Order: sequence, then structure tokens, then C-alpha cells
Amino acid sequence: MKRFSRLFAELDATTATSAKVAALQRYFADAAPADAAWAVYFLSGGKPRQVVPTATLRALACERAGISDWLFDECYQAVGDLAETIALVLPAPQHESDVGLADWVEQRLLPLRGLSPAEQAARIAAFWDELDTTGRFLLTKLIGGGFRVGVSKLLVQRALAAHAGLDDKLLAQRMMGWTDAKQTPDAARFAALLAAEGAGGAAPLGQPYPFFLAHAVEGLPSEFDARLGAPGDWLVEWKYDGIRAQVVRRGGQTWIWSRGEELVTERFPEVVALAQEWPDGTVLDGEILVWKSDAPAPFNLLQQRIARKTLTKRVLADAPASFIAYDLLEWQGVDLRARPQRERRALLEAASAGRSMRVSPVEQRDSWAALAALREESRARGVEGFMLKHGQAQYGSGRRKQEGLAGGTWLKWKIDPLSVDAVLVYAQAGHGRRASVYTDYTFAVWSHPPQDAAEAQQVVDAIARREPAQPGALQLVTFAKAYSGLSDGEFAEVDRIIRQTTLEKFGPVRSVRPTLVFELGFEGINASPRHKSGIAVRFPRMLRIRHDKPLHEADSLATLKALMDDGGRRERELSNDGIG
Amino acid sequence: MTPDDLVIERPEGLYCPPGDFFIDPWRPVERAVITHAHGDHARRGHAHYLASAPSEGVLRARLGDDIALQTLDYGESIEHRGVRLSLHPAGHVLGSAQVRLEHGGRTWVASGDYFVSGAGDDNRTCVPFEPVRCDCFITESTFGLPIYRWQPQREVFADIDAWWRANADAGRASLLMAYSFGKAQRLLAGVDASIGPIVVHGAVDPLNQAYRAAGVALPPTQLASDVTDKASLARALVIAPPSVQGSAWTRRFGDYGDAFASGWMQLRGTRRRRAVDRGFVLSDHADWPGLQRAIAATGAARVIVTHGYEAVMVRWLQEQGLQAGAFHTEYDDERSDAADPGVASDAAADAAAAPGPEPAA
Repeated sequence: MKRFSRLFAELDATTATSAKVAALQRYFADAAPADAAWAVYFLSGGKPRQVVPTATLRALACERAGISDWLFDECYQAVGDLAETIALVLPAPQHESDVGLADWVEQRLLPLRGLSPAEQAARIAAFWDELDTTGRFLLTKLIGGGFRVGVSKLLVQRALAAHAGLDDKLLAQRMMGWTDAKQTPDAARFAALLAAEGAGGAAPLGQPYPFFLAHAVEGLPSEFDARLGAPGDWLVEWKYDGIRAQVVRRGGQTWIWSRGEELVTERFPEVVALAQEWPDGTVLDGEILVWKSDAPAPFNLLQQRIARKTLTKRVLADAPASFIAYDLLEWQGVDLRARPQRERRALLEAASAGRSMRVSPVEQRDSWAALAALREESRARGVEGFMLKHGQAQYGSGRRKQEGLAGGTWLKWKIDPLSVDAVLVYAQAGHGRRASVYTDYTFAVWSHPPQDAAEAQQVVDAIARREPAQPGALQLVTFAKAYSGLSDGEFAEVDRIIRQTTLEKFGPVRSVRPTLVFELGFEGINASPRHKSGIAVRFPRMLRIRHDKPLHEADSLATLKALMDDGGRRERELSNDGIG
Repeated sequence: MTPDDLVIERPEGLYCPPGDFFIDPWRPVERAVITHAHGDHARRGHAHYLASAPSEGVLRARLGDDIALQTLDYGESIEHRGVRLSLHPAGHVLGSAQVRLEHGGRTWVASGDYFVSGAGDDNRTCVPFEPVRCDCFITESTFGLPIYRWQPQREVFADIDAWWRANADAGRASLLMAYSFGKAQRLLAGVDASIGPIVVHGAVDPLNQAYRAAGVALPPTQLASDVTDKASLARALVIAPPSVQGSAWTRRFGDYGDAFASGWMQLRGTRRRRAVDRGFVLSDHADWPGLQRAIAATGAARVIVTHGYEAVMVRWLQEQGLQAGAFHTEYDDERSDAADPGVASDAAADAAAAPGPEPAA
């Protein structure tokens, strides 16, 4: 644990990518292979199932620190991270140990499962008592099953590749599924990761390929000829708002992998059924969507579907999943990723003939302007814009750009978000590096447009006097929460204003005297009986602070309803026809 | 609040009714007792100032030579309208004092900001905190949460020295950011000056001079703008206020390592938000055990909590069986690094303290 602690401290102490990769390389050179195997697992986002409930950890920490529950809560609110709070409140350790990471996990943490709560508590207390603050923090993170240290999987791959003298892409390929938790990391698997190219034995049968990710493209279509070349150089497809997935068909079996490298096969029996029609030695890349009335349904239906533990007939009927294929990565057992996009596309079209699986249609227009006009239909079609894939593009790995092709090889050309001007009314402090900074905001719009500044001011004054709004009278109606889109500097500025305009504190939440107007962007809008406003927006985020906008000029519910009637009509029809 | 209270809240600041004076008021008043010279406690515009003798140099440097200032040595007392007043060391910065008030058989102490050390771990740049027995103790609570427990100062300085040495060996400067009054001098007095030359920002220098004039031993320092031998910067420790981060001022150092010294660096979130290589946990305020120890040492049955985690401290003290309440003050009590009393008022304070050519921002 000491060596892993030191690695963590080094990673945490720098923001420079090169320094992080160097620290990882030093670690891989030093650490025992079994320890390194677990380090790769945790640093790449692996999460073992939580063996001890969070409530137990909290209660135990309070007991050891001799503080009451409320005081621990106050600490947690200031720190914004449970494991760190625990590490900081515990009394100084009485012992010292240096047990390796693998032994910690395998001999000490995993065996906690199934023990009585009293026995778990006794053992954890003893563990904490032999570790310093950083060690305790890490151990508690490992127990709690959430470990983010500002290292991406990509950096781990780079460091491992450099350490082993291998190509990054090969490492990425070998690491697919490493964090899936169905098999335990160990020294042998770690050795296989680092083995010379061609050695190291066969990959597991269900192994997917690293996902190729797109870069965003913005700007005016009139610039695209210069920047991207002729539209004919590109495959233009609609960008779907679902779950990116690979369908792997080998040895008579089917695996479905999400982009998060999680096996989701059991969740989508409809997709498994589609895959059965394909021969062994096939890997398809595409999107899982809820598909209704011959069109993609809004993401919230898919979201509800994912949340269901058991797939009843009703769930399957209300939110039928489908898969729309857009790339063929392996065919007849041959890896096609180095072939040009157009060739893979042609193979995909040929192979899909006579099979039930949908293939993403390709749109062709003579000019970027014509494509831009077509893109305006995105919202009505239930998609997010276009994907542009260069005809010569190989299927790369992650977000690495390919040499010599304009602007990367897969581009997402998304439509602008819907937006309204909304008023900040509640704020809550964030977590992690935003701990103790008010970064999570609740926004409101007017119940109807105020006549003038004076009428808006009366409402603000009434709020400041804590007077409840009269039914039917002008008021601010909350409709969305957002916590992204501002720079650190802007957050600091808003944080300051929130502290100055706080009206009341409800635990971690502050109500503020309404003074700030924000332009709030979101992807979709739906009627929702669960929200006070009757409206739910998808992926709300702050586009900018509108210091220029007086409060009474913020938007009202009528604006939101109009947006819903325009772009959201189809979405609502689709959401409703499952129920009615 | 009872009519007999020796200190009450007023819009101008904390007020002593029988003595008709204020302690660290935030609006201009006739008579102000100043606990220490940080910008949020010592403001301009009062008609008469009373402060500790060791704080005189810094106070005049910050508020101007022309203020009407009367000083008291630590422990020396005066009587004003029947209130016996004396100042006692608070261990926070040079000249920082607790204010002891005695009237009608009652004794109250207002702490200002204070630092209490663990054993043998004093702030070497000022007289250590001295507990004063009283009936009612008015305490700060900047770090009033159990997550704030300082590691021994010598360990922190060993870490700073190791960081500086490693940078120097790699041929790059070490930019250590800290509040220019108090923290900067404490760092100077604590580091191993044999590692390399020490360079300071123009906002730090006048405070160093005031400290040296008051007899505090600090290692030799050079103003950044006076450095002619650029090569010497490669081994230098540079002490500057946080406002220099990301500014043009830092370009002269080429490739450098950066760090920030503050109690707020205790939390990983604040460290990461600062986006510096290292965060050293070094505070001039009492940590949680220090606050509890200081409060207990006064023997006070009643405690009034100001700036910081007032609500938490009040509830905790009540659970310990004390009579506890809070005063709302306008001292910096922000709970982030951006607003360390060692940081937040920096821009204003540095502007006041730095007439030199060095831009503070």
C-alpha cells in the first residue's frame, strides 16, 4: 500500500500529463506484478462490488473519532468526499504496516464480504489503525468502490505501453474488459498485458475492440469546404442519442459491451436476438436505442429501461430496445479496423442484407449548406445532429487523431442546444475539487412574463422576506439543476455572489436572493408530472452568465412550453403511446 | 445577550458598551482596538486606534503613518471609562493580540485570530499564544471542524525544504505562494536558507522590513525586480502572494515548480482547485484541537464564536456543557482557499502594502 500511496500522491500532486505518465511508469517498474495488476484495475475505473455499506464506514469513523453524526456531516459537507472525510477525522494510527495492494484486496478486503457487521467493523478499525492519512483515504476508496484520481484509462495505457515497449493501441486492445470485474486481476493477466506482440496467448473469446471516439466540430458550414474538404469525402450519418455499444458474435455466443466497457448482454435480449442472425467472427459497432413507431424514442425512455432490474413483459413492450449498426469491425474473424471507412461500410451493407438489424442510413448532399439545412430536421427526427466519418478513416482507438486527415477522422456535428434564460434560486456545494464551492445550481423561470422590473422586484422582495407565493400570482418556478459549463473563474465569481445573497441554509443547500440570470442550454424537453414545473429538460448546463439581462427579462414557463411544442412534440407522442 | 455583556454586536462591529469603543470594527468609528494588522481586522478611517506595541510598524505600514495610534505592551493595562483593558499574545502574526476587558467584576477576552501550537511547535515570528482566564471568551472559528488537525510544523518545513531542494537540483525555481503578511515571514523563518537564494515579491518585502525592524530574525532576501543574475533564480525559493499565479510576473522564472502554503491545503479539493504542484498545510490559525484547547484553558463558562464555522462550534460547545452563542462579523470567514484570511484580502492588502513597481496581480 505504501508504494501505491506514493503513486497516488505523485499523480495527485501534478496536473501535467507527462509527469503522471512518468509516475505511472516508475510505479509499474517498481511494483510486484500482482499489485500492479490491481493498480491498473483501480486506476482504469474498475470497481469491485462494495463489500461494506457506506453507512457502516461512516458510523465506524464517527465512533473511532469520537464525534457525533451531525459533526461528521458538517465535515463531509466541507470536504465533499466521504473517504477523505473519514481519513481526516480518524485519530492518529498506532501501528504501521506495509502490505501490498494485491494482498490488501484479496486477503483483507474481499474476505470482508459476508462477515457480520461487528466483525467487519472490528477489522476495518484495525486496518485504519495501521495506515497514514493517504493510506486510509485510499483504503476507504477501495472499500467504497469509487476511485477517481484524475488519471484516465488512456494515461494508464500509455504508461503501460511505454513500460513494456509496446504500441499504445495494442495495449488498449488488450485492456478491453480489464475492469469488468467478472475476472480478478492477477500477476498472470498483468504479464499477458505486457507480453511481446504476438505472444501472450489468445484474447478472451468475448473481447471487444477499443471504441473509436469522435471529436466535436463547430463553426459555420461555409467554412467546412476549407476545413474538411468536399462533403463527398465523408460518410454523413445521423447522430443517435442512445448507448454506444459493440455487439460481439463469436463461438456461437453473443456479447454486448457498452462504451464504459461494461457487459450489458443480459439487459438487451432484443439485441441478442438480432445478433443471433449473424455468423461467428462478427463485431458490430453501433447504438442501442429504444425504437418506436419506426423512429428512435427519446433518451429518457432508454434511461427508464436501464434503471429496471427485471425486464418484465410490460417494460419490454413499453421500451423496446433495438440496435442500429454503423460499423463493421470484424467480419469472418478478420479485424477490419485498418481498412478505410468506405470499405467497411460497403462490407456492412452487404453483410446486413437479408438480416433484421438496422443499419444507420447515410445522407448525401452536394454541399455542406444543403447538409446544414437537412441537419435542421434533427430534433424532429429524434437525433442530435450528424456524424461525419472520413471515407479514408481507419477505425482508431479512443480520441487519438489520425495523421493526414482533416480535423480528425470521426466528427460529431451536433445541433445547437435549446436554451432559455433562467434565474438562479438555490445552490449547493460540489464534490471533489469543487468541495466547499457552490457549483450546483437550481434554476427557475417566471410563472408568466412579468410586466416590468418593478413587478419582478416585488417577487424578489417577497422571497427575501420568506413569504410564500400566492397561488396564481407571479412567481419563480424551478425547473432544472445544472452544474457544468462555467470556468473555474466564473464559478468563483458566482460562489462569491451566492455567499453574499444567501437567504437561508437547508443543510448543504442555500437559497439565494434571486439576482443572477443564466443562459441555460439543454438537449431535449419533455412533460414530466414529477417536476413542479411540469417539465423535464435533458442534460441542462450553463451556456453563460447573463449579467446584461435584468431579472424581469428572464424567460417564463410559456417559453419552455413553446419549445416543448416545437421540437418536443414527437418526443411526447412517443413517450405517451407506451402508457396510453 | 444580557444587559451586562461587555461586548455586543453593532452594525459597525463588536462594541464594548461601558467603554464606548469597538474591537476590529468594519465601519469607521471614534475608538477602535485593533487585534492585528490583517486587512479585515484593521481598517482605515477610525479616529483613534489602540493596538499592541509590536504591531505598530506593520499597522503604520498598512494604514499610513498618520493614524492616531496608541500602543500597549503585552500585559500592560489601561483604564478607559472604568474598563480595564490589556492586550495578550495571540500567536497569529507579529503583534497579534487578544483583548482582555475587565469591568464590574467580569472579565471578557476577545481573541481576534489566533494560533496555538502543539508542543514545541511555535510560530517563531511572533510571541506565542497565551491563555487568559476569563468569564466569557470570544473565539474565532476559521478552522472549526475536526478535519482540521495540523501536522507538526517541523514536518511541514521538512516537506517544503525537500520540495525546494529537489527543484533546485533540477535547475528550476520554487515559487511558493502565501499571504504576504504573516505567512510569508513564517515561511522565511522556517525554511532551510542554505538550500539557495531567497527572492521575494514586492508585496512581501515591506512586511519583511517591518518584521526585521521589530527584531524578528529572517534570512536574507532579494526583491525579484532587483535580481540581475538570472542564473541564480534556478536554485531560488520565490515567495509571493497568491495573486501572482498565472500572471506575467512569474514569466521571469522560466520553468518553475509552484506551491501554495495555507491551512486550506488540508483538503484535496482545495489543493486541486489551486492547480499548483504542491499544497503545504501551514496555517496561522488554531486547528480543531487547538481551538478546543484554547477555549478550555480560558476557564470561560460562556463562549461566543465569530468568523468561521460558528454554527458547528456553537453546537459542539453546547454539547460540552458550555453556554455558547455566535456573533455575526464581517471578517473574512470564507471557507475556501480563495478566501483564506491569509489570501482573500490579499489584493486589497497587498495593494496597500506594495507601493513598489511590482504589480500585485
